[in-house]
Amino acid sequence: MSATAKVLRMGWRRLTSMRTALILLFLLAVAAVPGSLLPQRPLNPSNVSSYIKAHGWWGQFLNSVDMFDVFGSPWFAAIYLLLFISLVGCLIPRIRVHARALTRKPLPAPRNLSRLPESGRFETSDAPEDYAAAARETLGRRWRVAQRREDSGALTLSAEKGYSRETGNLLFHVALLASLILIAVGRLYFYEGSVIVRQGQGFCNAVVNYDTWKPGRFAAEGKVGPAPFCIEKLNKFTATYTRTGEPAQFAAAISYRDRIGAPLQHDTITVNHPLRLEGDRVYLTGHGFAPTVTIRMPDGQVVRQTAAFLPTDASTLYSEGVFKANGPDGAKQDIGISGFFAPTPRQTAPGIYTSVSAQVNNPVLGIFVYKGDLNENGLPQSIYSLDTSKMTKIGAANLRVGQTKSFPGGVKVTFDGWTPYANLQVSHDPAQTYLLFSALAMVLGLGASLGVRRRRVWLRIAPGADGAGSSPTVVEVGGLARSDSGNFTAEFAGLLTRLAAAGTPGAEQRTLHDTADDAFDESIDAIGARKD
Amino acid sequence: MAGINGSMAHLSDGLFTTAIAVYALAAVGFTAEYAFGRVGRTKAEKAAVALRKPSRELAAVGAPSTAGGVPPEAPGSADVPTSDVSDAAARKRGLAERIGRWALVITLLGALVHVGSIAVRAIAVDAVPWSNMYEFASVAGLVGVVAFVAVMWKLPQLRHLGGFVLLPVILVMFLAGTVLYSRAQPLVPALRSYWLAIHVTLVSIAEGALMTSAVLTALYLVKQRHDRLVTKPGYQPGALANLAERLPAAATLDKAAYRVVAFSFPLYTVAIICGAIWAEAAWGRYWGWDPKETWAFIVWVIYAGYLHARATAGWKGRVPAWINLAGFGAITFNFLVVNIVVSGLHSYAGLS
Ligand code: HEM
Repeated sequence: MSATAKVLRMGWRRLTSMRTALILLFLLAVAAVPGSLLPQRPLNPSNVSSYIKAHGWWGQFLNSVDMFDVFGSPWFAAIYLLLFISLVGCLIPRIRVHARALTRKPLPAPRNLSRLPESGRFETSDAPEDYAAAARETLGRRWRVAQRREDSGALTLSAEKGYSRETGNLLFHVALLASLILIAVGRLYFYEGSVIVRQGQGFCNAVVNYDTWKPGRFAAEGKVGPAPFCIEKLNKFTATYTRTGEPAQFAAAISYRDRIGAPLQHDTITVNHPLRLEGDRVYLTGHGFAPTVTIRMPDGQVVRQTAAFLPTDASTLYSEGVFKANGPDGAKQDIGISGFFAPTPRQTAPGIYTSVSAQVNNPVLGIFVYKGDLNENGLPQSIYSLDTSKMTKIGAANLRVGQTKSFPGGVKVTFDGWTPYANLQVSHDPAQTYLLFSALAMVLGLGASLGVRRRRVWLRIAPGADGAGSSPTVVEVGGLARSDSGNFTAEFAGLLTRLAAAGTPGAEQRTLHDTADDAFDESIDAIGARKD
Repeated sequence: MAGINGSMAHLSDGLFTTAIAVYALAAVGFTAEYAFGRVGRTKAEKAAVALRKPSRELAAVGAPSTAGGVPPEAPGSADVPTSDVSDAAARKRGLAERIGRWALVITLLGALVHVGSIAVRAIAVDAVPWSNMYEFASVAGLVGVVAFVAVMWKLPQLRHLGGFVLLPVILVMFLAGTVLYSRAQPLVPALRSYWLAIHVTLVSIAEGALMTSAVLTALYLVKQRHDRLVTKPGYQPGALANLAERLPAAATLDKAAYRVVAFSFPLYTVAIICGAIWAEAAWGRYWGWDPKETWAFIVWVIYAGYLHARATAGWKGRVPAWINLAGFGAITFNFLVVNIVVSGLHSYAGLS
């Protein structure tokens, strides 16, 4: 073998050793810590920027080593990739060994049964062959038994049970492997889009329709065709509250088609019950209000507008937003309104309102009205903010529903009312159903792996000293627990009793049971060594 | 939707305080048994195990090699004075064991009151009562007690260690009742999910049991260190020698700690899966590396490491023990620091 091959082999052996797996597991745990303590870009990008700003060179340094995107970083990927390879490398031989063990007879009896952690002896007046048959019957079907004859003439029974422990353990690890693969596949094909839908409106599943769009790698490359469904209409959004004003339930009643041209269907999306379509799920992740105003422009034209306002306080839904109405081109006669909406208003100072509840109860729309140039020269602008750099403020007002306020230059604004809107989120992850099954397989395997008791018992049935049948048959029993669960000493005592009772009692009616003290590990090693 | 039943919530709080008091009383009892009970229990323990399943044919029990001349002690049986101890000492021991048995009864009583407190709270909020830290800590404390009683059921020689388990339980409950307390409140819509109920129930069961495992592991480390030191020449009994001498064999403690983990780890795994199922239904993704999720992952990986370390030849003993304690450290961190400090930075976004 060449030197390189030797090094490679050794490296492989190291990587697939239990010790390496342990170190990698430990590294994985440690690597996850900063991901929980530092702000993470995928969760909260604005916190990350402010953290970097606040911490100078330290923030820069952390940023350069991916500390703000730990779970997407190359070094986190490196650890789990190594663990993955280690897992594969350790599983393949174990599956082979276990498959062989399943088809093979249990190991021959060790020479000295009394040196096993549990051992005992008794006598019977049965002939060895008769007793062996009786003992096999007593052991029953849960033990796999092999009978052998030794050179000395003694019969031995090797009995083993609990094979499903290793089967379960392998199932667990294989399912773990499958889960890791499914998670990765899911991340590649994943996409998530969110959109604000006012009551009475709808949307179709297309990237351009989303307010925000988070694609996985393949989705970003356009390899994932969005499912062609349409939420035709948000028929009604309902928020219910408890007597004390705590939110109790949110529900969005919708009509949808799961394909273009498919028949119209109806459903209600609530907080924990998304609409599940083939491949995609539609969630209700939030709600808010869209006030409607009628604006009389300086040139006499009348414009009616509804705009979704964004909550600045999640518990009271005090929200902010803007209206924009264009006048004739270049006339600097545009009207811009920035405003707030207080569902249940409370005046805190003259003219200043907050909201005390998310329930709508005689709401107030506060407006600041600007006239001039909206500065919309072709550039895309946020529909939630107003550029007032080329505008002048012409007044402010707090309006209740139905109220109108006049401003200089013939401008009038009427607060007509409001409609609720729902934040809907469309999520796509084709692997997640399979992942659920794989996770269940993990649990199943784990249960067997940690619950099943793996036991080995040997019997050596020696004919009496003179061989003439006048002196009794001596039965030696030795036992070994190959897993820590259960109380093997007590189990063995019970088994010994049953085995002794299986034969016709011998002259000496004593059953000896011996528990060795620290023999456990050594005998495991001794037995293990015999395997090869 | 139901509101909150004030008088029921009040009753629940009263029962909670009562449970703490009853546990404290039981802890005193266990400590008394621990302090005045039999030393040398450990040596007799193996023989006791062998005797526990007496049977017709088992006419003679081979004396374990290390048990020497110590007569086997059958747990639960009346105290048999040994020849080398004075009668007075024996009487004292007998009394101690009686106290220990009573302490166990009192513990069970406390657990009943505790169950009552949680049940009444459930009625008051008309939901499973573990939606906030106070309620969660209460349930985890109860499970810690139940897990210890279960361990004692299997290994009665550990009974006098009850104080060591009740002490952290009392501490957790005291913290829950003071610092972490929150009024009974109905759940926000996102939390109204039976997946969440199963999830939190399983987490609190697993974590309560893992607390018991951590206590047993800490005691194991004390005992193990003591065993190593005594064999050294020039051995001087240190501060913990007194404690160590009264502990069961190191292997017994280690095994008990392992079995609790073997029980809890699959539960914890199922708990995380249920949490992921709920997260998928509520937030649109089954996993999002939120701090809470991240720490659940860390805890899970650490205990997987514990199971591996225990299965690695040559690493048996102290290495897994420290990993076990690290795992419980991570649980504590997840419960206290992540809930109170970290969540403030970036908590779940959504409907509330
Ligand atoms: C992805 C990380 C891994 C996790 C979460 C994991 C988890 C577990 C768990 C929970 C057990 C406990 C079952 C028991 O005690 O019987 C276990 C056992 C085992 N694992 Fe892993 N494992 C991982 C990777 C590996 C790797 C890479 C190897 C191979 C080097 C490995 C080899 C083993 C072996 C041999 C056992 C059996 C121990 C025994 O007989 O008790 N595992 N694993």
